[in-house]
Amino acid sequence: MHPAPSVILFTVFSGIGFGFLALLGLGLMVPSGWTAFFLWGLGYALAVGGLLASTFHLGHPERAIRAFSQWQTSWLSREGVASVATLVLLAPMAAGQWLGLPVPPVLGWIGAAGCAATVLCTSMIYAQLKTVPRWHHWITPVLFLAFALTGGLILAGQMLAVPVALALSAILYLSFRIGDGQFPRAALTTGHATGLSHLGRVTVLERGHTAGNYLLTEMIHVVGRKHAEKLRIIAILLAGVLPALVLLVLPPVAAIPLATAIHLIGALAARWLFFAEAEHVVGLYYGMR
Amino acid sequence: MTQLPVRTEKKLGLAIDLDTCVGCQACVTACKGWNDQGYGVPLSDQDPYGASPSGTFLNRVHTYQAETPEGMGVTVNFPRSCLHCEDAPCVTVCPTGASYKRAEDGIVLVNEDICIGCGLCAWACPYGAREMDQAAGVMKKCTLCVDRIYNDNLPEEDRVPACVRTCPTGARHFGDFADPDSSVSRLTADRGGYALMPDMGTRPVNRYLPPRPKDAPDQASPLAPLLDIKASGFAGWLDRMLGKI
Repeated sequence: MHPAPSVILFTVFSGIGFGFLALLGLGLMVPSGWTAFFLWGLGYALAVGGLLASTFHLGHPERAIRAFSQWQTSWLSREGVASVATLVLLAPMAAGQWLGLPVPPVLGWIGAAGCAATVLCTSMIYAQLKTVPRWHHWITPVLFLAFALTGGLILAGQMLAVPVALALSAILYLSFRIGDGQFPRAALTTGHATGLSHLGRVTVLERGHTAGNYLLTEMIHVVGRKHAEKLRIIAILLAGVLPALVLLVLPPVAAIPLATAIHLIGALAARWLFFAEAEHVVGLYYGMR
Repeated sequence: MTQLPVRTEKKLGLAIDLDTCVGCQACVTACKGWNDQGYGVPLSDQDPYGASPSGTFLNRVHTYQAETPEGMGVTVNFPRSCLHCEDAPCVTVCPTGASYKRAEDGIVLVNEDICIGCGLCAWACPYGAREMDQAAGVMKKCTLCVDRIYNDNLPEEDRVPACVRTCPTGARHFGDFADPDSSVSRLTADRGGYALMPDMGTRPVNRYLPPRPKDAPDQASPLAPLLDIKASGFAGWLDRMLGKI
């Protein structure tokens, strides 16, 4: 699949943003005054910024409001509804902590649940697709939720981030291992896709058009896969292991920005791989994966 | 609405004969020609006269080859377009309701006026039936020539999809698969018509009629009897004598 920068930025930043907002909602940090304004603002900026980035790859971003209508069947629509509802639900708590007004904590808990639901919806956009076997697995929502939680905890400077970040690296490794087996496990071949396997081994003689097309650029993206092995190691180390070490060794004031930056680079590398390594079954008609 | 109809009155679709398709691309051209000026925005081309011409097509013809266990080569021309699935995943994933399946005849369409061009429907389709128009930024797909098949302004013989009308070998058939006596239903039953990738759970309406079995190699050469020469006369005597030495 084509690793569009807008979608990589959207999933990474909105994930961290909603993870951070969930921690604020749960009361792991109870800031007040301008500290509260800054921290809530940071969470909102990440979440909203990520959502806005997602509109950049649309053919008609001016119609994006329509994407809130089909929540009954569409995970993409559900994601939009859940994200806006969550941001609205958490607003009284953010304002309350900033202005020193009492807000019932249950509102924060509901907001935190909304954050988790939003990230789950984001992951289900991908996990629902039978056409992309690498994504069509429970590991995809687990991975997205783990990224959101880890990003939020590192940004919040919580020591709980250390074990969670290490767990994220393990989940990322597991997702690579599971993902590699998904396409072969489904026994997907050109013969299967064309229904001609009874004739023998089916290969492409001519693909029907001489130059590229939308299908080839969007879903049969094979550019850059040669560095995938190195990038996987970089992603596993930078997303979880290194930030955990930094948080353990350095004092918080230096550790939080450094660990966040390292984690972000790892998360972007992991998300690039998530798209670039995903093979769509339509590639079978072109004899490519 | 992106909720699929529980059942459709008709199941309009195509039966595509892989035995008679010669891969001439006439259906590709006719489809592009008709749909360039009919339903929705035109099908744009990028760099049409340059080194790397590409564009939006609703129908593409691939060619595959296979080698049978007996060593016979088989070439199959394979048209690929929307199968108008009963469980169309392209419809349910649509966030805006632009993608829909008609309850009356089962045709899957895109309302281009509310399509945001997110591309998720193309991701959800296993068959590569949907292509985003690079100029208009909206999703294009086979409409089963909905603006031909019900068009009273056309002569009756033209009220079929453009690809069906133009096919010079009669490899494409249009009809109602919900009616067991329709031509496409009977063809499918007679020829063992099959659905593409049923494991994807899409329940396609379109059917592909498989290539008929080819002759086996030992029956293939009409010259075989001529090669079995029996010598007679002097040559026959010489043959026998030399055989004894």
